[in-house]
Amino acid sequence: MARTAASSPGSSLKRREAWQGYIFASPWIVGFLLFTAGPLLFSLYASFTNYDITSRMDWIGVQNYDTMFNHDPLFWKSLKNTLYFVAISVPLQTAGGLLLAVVLNRKASGIRFFRTVFYLPSILSGVGVYVLWMMLLSPSAGLVNLMLGWIGIDGPAWLTDPDWTKNAVILMKLWGAGGMMLLYLASLQAVPRQLYEAAELDGAGRFRKFRHVTLPMITPVIFFEIVTGMIGGFQIFQEGYVMGYNNEPGAPMNSLLFYNLHMFLKAFKVFDMGYAMAMAWFLFLIVLVLTLINLTLSRYWVHYEGGER
Amino acid sequence: MSLLTGERRPPMPRTGAPYRTIRSKWAAALLYLVLIGLSLLLLTPLFWMLSTSLKSMQEIMSYPPTLLPKVIHFENYKHAWEKGNFARYTLNTLLLAGIGVLSHVLSNTFVAYGFAKIRFPGKRLLFAVMLGTMMIPSFVTLIPQYILFSKLSWINTYYPLTVPGFFGSAFQIFLIRQFFMTIPNELIEAGKVDGASHFRIWWQLMLPLSLPVIATVAIMTFQGAWNDFTGPLIYINSESLFNLQIGLQSFKGTESTQWHYLMAGSVIVLLPVVLLFFFFQRYFIEGMNITAGTKG
Repeated sequence: MARTAASSPGSSLKRREAWQGYIFASPWIVGFLLFTAGPLLFSLYASFTNYDITSRMDWIGVQNYDTMFNHDPLFWKSLKNTLYFVAISVPLQTAGGLLLAVVLNRKASGIRFFRTVFYLPSILSGVGVYVLWMMLLSPSAGLVNLMLGWIGIDGPAWLTDPDWTKNAVILMKLWGAGGMMLLYLASLQAVPRQLYEAAELDGAGRFRKFRHVTLPMITPVIFFEIVTGMIGGFQIFQEGYVMGYNNEPGAPMNSLLFYNLHMFLKAFKVFDMGYAMAMAWFLFLIVLVLTLINLTLSRYWVHYEGGER
Repeated sequence: MSLLTGERRPPMPRTGAPYRTIRSKWAAALLYLVLIGLSLLLLTPLFWMLSTSLKSMQEIMSYPPTLLPKVIHFENYKHAWEKGNFARYTLNTLLLAGIGVLSHVLSNTFVAYGFAKIRFPGKRLLFAVMLGTMMIPSFVTLIPQYILFSKLSWINTYYPLTVPGFFGSAFQIFLIRQFFMTIPNELIEAGKVDGASHFRIWWQLMLPLSLPVIATVAIMTFQGAWNDFTGPLIYINSESLFNLQIGLQSFKGTESTQWHYLMAGSVIVLLPVVLLFFFFQRYFIEGMNITAGTKG
């Protein structure tokens, strides 16, 4: 219908239609140029300068990158902190969300209530949650160590012990794993019933049905969660800023100095903008490479209904 | 499990759900035990926050900790509200969230209409670029954006926190476009026959038909603005312009050991989001399901 309406009075109408298309897209196009493409190009250029916003912008070649890799131990520290967080937190959350979804994927009265409860923590974020967990994790007056005490475990000092701070943040994040649950639930509901019946005919038990029917069928969602979880995980920042010991971002002993926090402090505390933008571009590169690796690996384990995409 | 029972079972009304039927009373009891146990585990932090916010500092420091406050101290909230200057921060946050919701709904539905219902050369490429921008870590553009806004003398104003909202956000455009695609083209053709412009079709036809996705986008945006920490942290210096997140963070600094006030402050900051969730659950969940449907 659209075709006949547009083409019969000739191409001028078609051209008018096209112009209207650009008008509708224009807010995003302008925004993209102003807030994404422009800043990207500028930051790439500025990463090769000693830019400090006010006075200097001299071309210094790869000096920022050289400093980053060879003369800034905190760069490596922050990168390690972030990698540790991503490597532990993303699999834990992916598994946690899936576990919650599997438990909830039943027809039982009151199940909607439980779905709401499981999902609730994931919608809460920001400073309120950080402050709450700082109290829960307090070594002496906190609830977590009190509960660990009930089962005979002498809990660690969490946010004051540099060996445990990141685990504390990971634990807090796990509390919100219900956010991933919804996607899993939707995909579990979409697994065709016949596949289970066929598996039952072959004598498969509960565990084998999950392993050989459910898991392969929901791999696209698992893949999606891992990719977005990793991209998000590399951007961790606020937790390190707010939950630092004695109100010092990243403390104790820089154990919560995440990559973005180090970048933030370089940019907005000492105004070493050129250096911060070099860091930003390196992060972009890391995320890009990891996403591409993910995509490549996905061919071996992600199963798409109706062929490859 | 066997061939026989498999055949005798009546056909299932819907797809999915491997363990939908509970086989025995014991299985049901076990299921509820697990469900209730997990729920208690997940709700305990919130319960603890409420309980602590009503205790005296003395009681918080006593060992072992008490589950419920012995004497309820509602005045903790009054103290947090006044000492923490929360009235000011709440107004500021509401203003930012209001502008955010308005700008996001308008611009994102507008752009999404173009991508969903109008033909123009290069559309597919533009759309692909838009999806690609979702992969860029926000800090990569954050620093140059700060420089741009500082050159415009917009530091310590609300412009950096509100103006970009009028230029669309990739994720929401994508979400709305997916919804618009489900609305039949015949409706738009009918509108055109009646002499309506695309602008009028967007405003008078698409928007009223899209209230569910608009609600989802509005709630997402409200939640994002309510919880925004990084933006105000970077752009706002004056205490009178702080939002709740920054307010609570600086409150934490000045009253660092006073857990009862801090917890009261956290309740004040988190409660609206909880209420919003309970009233508009459907839209929280629908939004996620729309994204799920497109991924898979």
